[in-house]
Amino acid sequence: MKPSIARAPVAWRRILTIAPPFIWLVLFLLVPFLLVLKISFADLQFGIPPYTALAEFKDYTLSVVLNLRGYALLFSDSLYVATYLHSVKMAAVTTLCCMLIGYPMAYYIARSEPAVRNLLLIGVILPFWTSLLLRVYAWIGILRNDGLLNNLLMWAGMIDQPLEIYRTDLAVYIGLVYAYLPFFILPLYANLVKLDVRLLEAAYDLGARPWRAFVSVVLPLSMPGVIAGAMLVFIPSVGEFVIPEMLGGADTLMIGRVMWTEFFNNSDWPMAAAVTCVMVLLLLVPLVLFQYGQVRQLGMRGGRRNG
Amino acid sequence: MIEIRPGASWSGAADEFVRIEDIVKIYGDVVAVQSLSLSVGRHEIFALLGSSGCGKSTLLRMLAGFEEATSGRIFLDNEDITALPPYKRPVNMMFQSYALFPHMTVEANVAFGLKQEGVPRNEIHGRVYEALDLVQMGAYARRKPSQLSGGQQQRVALARSLVKRPKLLLLDEPMSALDKQIRQKTQIELVKILDKVGVTCIMVTHDQEEAMTMAHRLAVMSEGQIVQCGTPQEVYDFPNSRFVAGFIGSTNLFSGTITVDEADHVQIESEQLSRPLRVDHGVSEPLGMEVHVSIRPERIRVHREQPAGEANWSHGVVSHMAWMGSYARYQIRLDSGMLAEASVPSQAMLQSDAPAVDEEVYIDWSGDSATVLPS
Repeated sequence: MKPSIARAPVAWRRILTIAPPFIWLVLFLLVPFLLVLKISFADLQFGIPPYTALAEFKDYTLSVVLNLRGYALLFSDSLYVATYLHSVKMAAVTTLCCMLIGYPMAYYIARSEPAVRNLLLIGVILPFWTSLLLRVYAWIGILRNDGLLNNLLMWAGMIDQPLEIYRTDLAVYIGLVYAYLPFFILPLYANLVKLDVRLLEAAYDLGARPWRAFVSVVLPLSMPGVIAGAMLVFIPSVGEFVIPEMLGGADTLMIGRVMWTEFFNNSDWPMAAAVTCVMVLLLLVPLVLFQYGQVRQLGMRGGRRNG
Repeated sequence: MIEIRPGASWSGAADEFVRIEDIVKIYGDVVAVQSLSLSVGRHEIFALLGSSGCGKSTLLRMLAGFEEATSGRIFLDNEDITALPPYKRPVNMMFQSYALFPHMTVEANVAFGLKQEGVPRNEIHGRVYEALDLVQMGAYARRKPSQLSGGQQQRVALARSLVKRPKLLLLDEPMSALDKQIRQKTQIELVKILDKVGVTCIMVTHDQEEAMTMAHRLAVMSEGQIVQCGTPQEVYDFPNSRFVAGFIGSTNLFSGTITVDEADHVQIESEQLSRPLRVDHGVSEPLGMEVHVSIRPERIRVHREQPAGEANWSHGVVSHMAWMGSYARYQIRLDSGMLAEASVPSQAMLQSDAPAVDEEVYIDWSGDSATVLPS
């Protein structure tokens, strides 16, 4: 009799299964976040690293100094609060636009013939083959005052003056929706493609017109996909840096730009760290809890199958 | 309220309620249904029977409105419904895997159709519970479909398709998702409920036992056409082709040539049998024609002694015997090398010393047991 994994107690097998992703999350998510958290409580200093240590052991005395300068500034300076609110608003509007544009696209792809479906999916994924930076540059070329869009509209005689889009919030919205749309479409598609067409037929059979059948059957059943897609759009949009930096105006306040400024322009690591920690706590933790609640609710909906 | 019409069950030649006229369905270059015509009477339970790909499901889907007919018309209660979309037809369907809405409770599933109709809220509640009580699922109204067993899901699906009081109920392979043990019981229960409600019903199945248990009449389909249509007994006793004879129950098929053709009987010489076949009914086929004869296994008797008479028997050796409980199934290797099958009732087996494997035996059958098949 030789010991094997199969013979190990169930608890051990579970631990072995969970361990790799768990270790991964600890090493690459939790540890970096704790480092950032540590820096957020440090004070600025000249040198390498450009912040003070939290704990000091000298003359048999352990002194721990928590510097709250970053947090104090964060809540006293209205600029930061306004930036948070504006970031959330930009991300929320982006998510909504992705839903409105992405849902019909995902639904259409899921309902297409398998051969066409793969082609359309490749179309959704294809932009990823080019760097985001290049694609955003391309948008500058389109949206600029003397860019493609304005030239086209003026040539068509629809406008006399070029539209001021580049370096406005609108340009940022266009860039964000463009960049994050695939992240909404793909999880929703994965959900919709599994939907049993007979449920839709059953709804028609029971007298539901196509629109009613969609609202009462397809939409509720696709909610897990909608939520997953919305999360994938909303969370990274809040902290997005590249798109607002390149397409937005000086007044396009977004948290990612503030972090960048604090970190690279002001070399104020503790402040940048505080901005980051507050963002995580204020935005991501509630979202994760919401997601957890949704998953549990959907899990209960799915229910257990008894024979 | 679901109308309960006692004694409203189908009674033979009822008036025509569903009329399918010359319907054709072509997908690309595949002909799924070939100019098929059919009438179904009011309150009748009618089964479309056939193996997969015979067009029975396509026909059902055209009745429901999910598929558009390439040509032909469908009338329901003298109304042409051919062009109506599914949500405007007074037709409801019970789907093969039930297609219950997984995100709704049992109650909401049954109420769905009434809501679409705009039935007042207080009336909906009463009708939903009436339908659920009819299928004895009233106690499960708050459950989600995933919390029900297959049989319970089927009852809910039935209630959902009956609650709108459709003129025509369609059943798509109603028993295929159930365990074999509970199928037969469920079949009888389902027929009782349908009779009680008095709804006209067209069902699709590939299971001949199911069709024979449930339907008043059935149609055997093959390659998009109806091969034979009649009551289960008619189709079983008088199959019109080798295909039907083999599809409905098992049978022994002998081929031979007509040698005597009288008004009341024919004689057929078959190389597969020791003696000629004498069939006690006249046929329209001419003398000398090659025909097939079907004899059901339960009509064949097994003896040790040579039967008297010059016709309707053959000699052979028992090659296999299986005890099936209520009957024993014999396989007998005839002198011609052909295998014949006979079902001997258990009672007969117990009374006499039954022939065993490798024993020489004679099989015989009466003149009214054989059916001559022209094709």
